[in-house]
Amino acid sequence: MPRLGKIKAFWRKANAFAEEAYNAPYRSAIARAKRDRDDLFMLMVYSELMGVPNPASFYTLELQPLMLERFHEWHIRMGMEHSPLDNIRCC
Amino acid sequence: MNAIFVLLAGIGAMALGYLLYSKFIAERIYKLDPNFRTPAHEFEDGVDFVPTNKFVLWGHHFTSVAGAAPIIGPAIAVIWGWVPAFLWVILGTIFFAGVHDAGAIWASNRNKAKSIGALTGDVVGARARSLFMIVIFLVLLMVNAVFAVVIAGLLVDFNSAVIPVWGAIFVALIIGQLIYRKLVGLLAVSIIGVLALYGLIGLGPVFPLALPETFIGLSDRAQWIVILFGYAAIASLLPVWVLLQPRDYINGLQLFIGLILLYAAVLIAGPNMVAPAFNTDLPAGTPSMVPLLFVTIACGAISGFHGLVAGGTTAKQLDKETDARFVGYFGAVGEGSLALAAIIAAAAGFATLADWQAVYQSFGQGGVNAFVTGGASILSNGVGLSEGLAQTLLTVMAVLFAGTTMDTGLRLQRYIFQEWGQIYGISWMQKIVPSTLLAVGACLLLAFGAGGADGSGGLIIWPLFGTTNQLLAGLTLLVITVLLVRYGRPMYFTLVPLIFLLVMTVAALVIQLRTFYSNEQWFLFGLDIVVLIAAIFIALECASTLNRLRKGTADSVPANAED
Repeated sequence: MPRLGKIKAFWRKANAFAEEAYNAPYRSAIARAKRDRDDLFMLMVYSELMGVPNPASFYTLELQPLMLERFHEWHIRMGMEHSPLDNIRCC
Repeated sequence: MNAIFVLLAGIGAMALGYLLYSKFIAERIYKLDPNFRTPAHEFEDGVDFVPTNKFVLWGHHFTSVAGAAPIIGPAIAVIWGWVPAFLWVILGTIFFAGVHDAGAIWASNRNKAKSIGALTGDVVGARARSLFMIVIFLVLLMVNAVFAVVIAGLLVDFNSAVIPVWGAIFVALIIGQLIYRKLVGLLAVSIIGVLALYGLIGLGPVFPLALPETFIGLSDRAQWIVILFGYAAIASLLPVWVLLQPRDYINGLQLFIGLILLYAAVLIAGPNMVAPAFNTDLPAGTPSMVPLLFVTIACGAISGFHGLVAGGTTAKQLDKETDARFVGYFGAVGEGSLALAAIIAAAAGFATLADWQAVYQSFGQGGVNAFVTGGASILSNGVGLSEGLAQTLLTVMAVLFAGTTMDTGLRLQRYIFQEWGQIYGISWMQKIVPSTLLAVGACLLLAFGAGGADGSGGLIIWPLFGTTNQLLAGLTLLVITVLLVRYGRPMYFTLVPLIFLLVMTVAALVIQLRTFYSNEQWFLFGLDIVVLIAAIFIALECASTLNRLRKGTADSVPANAED
């Protein structure tokens, strides 16, 4: 049924357009809020290395390699030109 | 004269403006370059800088700048007759607003998408930047106060709208959740949301709600004002996706539906322009048309608020530089068409001239109520809605616009207080709740200070709001002009509007100052002086900058490499 296919395609297109219209205006506000949350999480994961005791460090330890990718961006954003950690030298 | 003719003439003129004048401005003055690498591409980060489809961007730009203001201003200004308001809206849109909006996007786009405030600092000087911040603060303060007064008035006068107006908040909350949890596709959600909103509008006239006439010494208007600020404070503290985002989205859809309905109704019913073309029989106390017309209609002809949206957000999402013409100029045309609808509703929606005069008894009386009653009578004649339903629909449209602007305005004002807290090292002011309370307190002070304890006279500050808005537009035009001179391009297309605006604004401020003095409205008198001082400093800043440019002593190196 080509007509049904056409309607479906139109619906999908219109939906994508509406999706974009809904999200575009607030993309930055939401992305910034998410980034703030991620930054806090990053602090928690690496807190032990910075001398802040963290009772969950046994669990966060295995997250460290996963978070390392974004570590450089994070310390730059936090206003530290170089890595604040002695044992992690990312730049 | 028949309103169909007015409508077609207005739309035709604006269409020509877009097709011819904006093409000239875009190609010859701003020299928009499709190959210029826009900041959205250069700094693409998925957060602020995201290249966006130009239709989506236009929709966003248009709905952020079009609010209740292009309805209220023209509806008040019809008191001088509909022709002056019509001419200022149409010519203002073509030669002022479109050039200003597209120019603000262009200027920001050429300078790493900096906000117009930051650009003022870079291009004109640090003093101008401080002035810019002060004017922004005043604009936000007045916008919140005026809109609270307008909404309160509408909710009292058209109490059939109470249920849909507050119900719309719940509709938005539910929609926000549906989308956030990805339960339903967006198109389906849009349809559900619009149906729910219009269902509530249908329910409104059946169950009108009114607050008690007085409650602990507050009149019903005053109670609404307090409730509204309570709501706006809470709404401005919520994460944007919970309420503001879905509310904005539904509002945008509603704006298009409302505009289409109004235009269709005018075309079908073909009402006559009942209001005089030029009102020679002005009610006592009406100020002189020149210069007050040019500040009474700010949004709809030219508005500085657009520059804030254009520089801060729109420029960061511009996919191609040439899109600035469509997004900026056509955005202004969209707003002009809303103002045109407001003029037609307020001038042609009455049965006889006597009916019209009964509404426009004194300056500031007509306003948005005239838009609602006039527009409703056109809607009921044209598309066959009952008058009560049509009134509810238009009231809801105006209130939702004003309401979203209040949410955003209060949020922005909180940011300003927080920034001041940071600059001056006041730690409590940086916290979210105290800064919100400060913002609300300042607005309440203005809402009640301007119009007395019942909050009914708050519309007196409408022209004052227009003046600050025009000052902001003036500063943006100054930035664009300076950039044009630096690039060695003709400056008259922005300089002439700039000088016109400054002259009219200062004249309007002086005239109002005299009125406030003779009426012994000391609060407004003080506020007028503050704005007047800002206006004079802006005029001086413009004069000195242009003088420096003329002598060639200003930094003659382009702020950014020439194309």
